[in-house]
Parts: sequence; C-alpha cells; structure tokens
Amino acid sequence: MKEISTQKITEVVESLCLEAAYNLGQDVEALIRSGLAKEESEFGKYIIGQILDNIEIARNEKTAMCQDTGITVVYVEIGQDVHVVGGSLQEAIHEGVRKGYTSGYLRKSVVADPLFKRINTKDNTPAVIYLDMVPGESLKIMVVPKGGGSENMSAIKMLKPSDGVDGVKDFIVQTVTQAGGNPCPPVIVGVGIGGTMEKAAMLAKKALTRQAGKANEDPNYARLESEVLEKINLSGVGPQGLGGRVTALAVHIEDFPTHIAALPVAVNINCHASRHAEAIL
Amino acid sequence: MAQIKKINTPLTEEIIESLHAGDRVAITGVIYTGRDAAHKRLVQTIAEGKPLPVEINGQTIYYVGPCPAKPNQAIGSCGPTTSGRMDTYSPILLDQGQKGMIGKGPRNQSVIDAMKRNKAVYFAAIGGAGAVIARTVRKAQVVAYEDLGPEAIHRLEVVDFPCIVVIDCAGNDLYKIGPEKFRQA
Repeated sequence: MKEISTQKITEVVESLCLEAAYNLGQDVEALIRSGLAKEESEFGKYIIGQILDNIEIARNEKTAMCQDTGITVVYVEIGQDVHVVGGSLQEAIHEGVRKGYTSGYLRKSVVADPLFKRINTKDNTPAVIYLDMVPGESLKIMVVPKGGGSENMSAIKMLKPSDGVDGVKDFIVQTVTQAGGNPCPPVIVGVGIGGTMEKAAMLAKKALTRQAGKANEDPNYARLESEVLEKINLSGVGPQGLGGRVTALAVHIEDFPTHIAALPVAVNINCHASRHAEAIL
Repeated sequence: MAQIKKINTPLTEEIIESLHAGDRVAITGVIYTGRDAAHKRLVQTIAEGKPLPVEINGQTIYYVGPCPAKPNQAIGSCGPTTSGRMDTYSPILLDQGQKGMIGKGPRNQSVIDAMKRNKAVYFAAIGGAGAVIARTVRKAQVVAYEDLGPEAIHRLEVVDFPCIVVIDCAGNDLYKIGPEKFRQA
C-alpha cells in the first residue's frame, strides 16, 4: 500500500495546468511542422508559420499559447494499492486547477450553470474528472485543457450496423469538413467507435491524447485512420478554413466492443493547440 | 500573397471600400473586445432603447476573451474566438453603425447582408496564435461589464495587429473562395 497526500496531488495538478497551457507537446509540433511542408496555399503557409512562432513564444515566455485555456479535463488512473490521504481526491484536483489557473495567468472559462445562470466561477473549476482504477501502486494524472471552439464542432451519431465502414467514414469526414474554419484547423480528430453512446464519446476524447500521428495498432483501424485523413484533406478547407491542403493533422480512432444492434460513432475535434500534460506519482 | 496594407481605426468608409477579401492588413488604433455575453447585453440594451456603455458607431469589435496579463504584460494571450456565435447579434450592431469585426470562422448570410447594407468589413485573426497577437496590444483596459471577467468589454490599443480581410463590404467571402480553390473531392 502506497500513501499519496492530497497536498501532493494538488501541487502536481497545478503544475500540469501550466505545463499544458505553455508548452505544446513535441509530437504535435512536429506534425504541424510537417503540415507546413505539405501546404500549397500561400495563406495556409503563412498561418502555419504564425502558429509555429506562437508555440515558440509561449514556450519561451511561459505564457498561454491560446487564450482559450479550456475547461480542464483530468484523467486519473489510480492504482488499487494507492491510499489517498488528507482529504478528497476530487477536491484535491479541483484545488490544483484553481491554483494553476490563478498562478499561471490562465483564462477562467467555466460558467456555473450551462443554461440559466451562466456566471463565471472565476477559477476554472469544476474540472471534468474521470477516474479509472488499475492494478498497482501508482497514480497517473493527465490534464487536458479543452478549448470550446473545437469542442463545439464535435458530434456523435448512432449509426446502423448496415452503414458499415463507408457510413463511418462519411460521418467523420462530414463532421470535420462542415466545421470549416470554426475549430481552428489544422485539427486533430479523435474518433470513438463502438461501446454505448457515452462510451464512444469517452473514446473519442481519450483518442485526442494519443501520441500525435501514431496509428492504431489494428491494421484495419490504422487504414481507416489514413483513409479518413486523406479524404478530409481533399476538402480544401485548409488552415483556419481559408483554403488549402492541410485541414487535419491526424485522425486517431479508438474502438470498443458494442451491442449487436449498434454502431455508435463519436467525433471529438481538437484545434492545433492539442494540449495535454501528465505525471505519475 | 498580397502586400500588407496598414490601416487605422476608426475605419472610414473610404478605407472599408478599399479592402477586398484576401487582403492582409495590419491594424493600428483602438478596438473593443466583446464575446457572446457582452453582445447579448449590448443587444438587450438597444432593444430597451437605453444608451450603450460604449459608443459602437464607427467602431471595430474583436471577438476575444483574453488571458489575464502577467505583471510585465499589457494583456495575456488574446487570439480570436469563433465569430459564428455572434451572428445572432451582429446585424443589430452593424445597423447601429459598427464598422469592423475581428474573429475567426465563417458568418451567416444575415451578417453578410448587414455588412453590405452598412458598408462594414470582417477580418480574421489567426485562431490559436494568441501569444503572437498579444505582442501587438499596447494597452488594455476594461470599460464595461467587468462582472463578466474575461468576457468584459476591454478597450485595446493595438499597433500593427495582423489580420486577413475575409469578408469585404461587397460580400466577397474568403471562407467560400479559398476552400473552393483547393477542393479535390
């Protein structure tokens, strides 16, 4: 049995909020750079150049790369042999977010009620927390600040099994291309196929945190990823929707067994600032 | 790619008529920030026939909710938000004399019609380039709706703020023209 204090968890969450907002992963940056080489549109090249400059400035000056520092999604994998001491795990995470968004000069982008009282909570809490229990005695925390513009362009559809591969492809491609310039292309596309409605959505969100551009290990899904990516990039939407070759940088598909009657497909879009940071305690 | 045109706010009709979809511009002068919540209040105030907290006539509104400024900064990261969410409100403000809009993403036909009717222009700033854009902001100050936090209306003084003219006052729309050129399927 390993003991981990809530104080330690709060400290780690705070620093992960800053790390994610300031310092884009090298994997995502490398994909953006390769997009610059593929882009033919003059505006597209200019835009990708500015995005790369922006990444550099944010990293060097420890400033948020995008003002939309997101609603904070936090994935926790807690080992069965971990004992959290000193209070509530969830409250420790919220406290870390509260501190990070204040000390890091990050924007507070959460309203307390989605419909009737859209009043800013002023500290970016509550975080959206997903707990998963796993064997072992470590605690893994991943912070994913998720921007609103790209989240708004996401979609879920309960397809019929007879819609098959073509139905899945069409739904993903349509969702991304109809979003046009709204989600800040070039985007990363997370897709969840199977499970139940909410499981598909969870898979799509988690897919965004995969190493950028890494293919699914199943060759069938890997082929689907590359075919969908190609089709999206034939749309002409381009960087920021102003026309060009590079609309998406990668398509990440995750799958799960499903009901005999079902073929759920969820598409969660992330902008080029595809941010996440993790730590293992 | 076109030469960068340097322009100043407030935008005159002469400047607006000289801008075409696809022009790159560098904007210098005063602009105001405003997002969904501020637009909703502005439009409600107009409907009630009350005076607005800031003069909209002749002005440019930038759709942004900035990060807080660090001690050595005028403003934190401040890239554009999705303009489409303002489509419900913009025609009303354009009819009140608003001349410029800065954001990202396409606008609907009722906004474009209002732009043609009132001779206004819509610029795109680069979404996600908030740290680059922040360097062009010299001064930022909240002038209305402080309770909205990042959504409050700020008065910004900008120098060579980089934008692209995406919809001009004749209704030419780079979000249609641009992708059309590169569409292969």
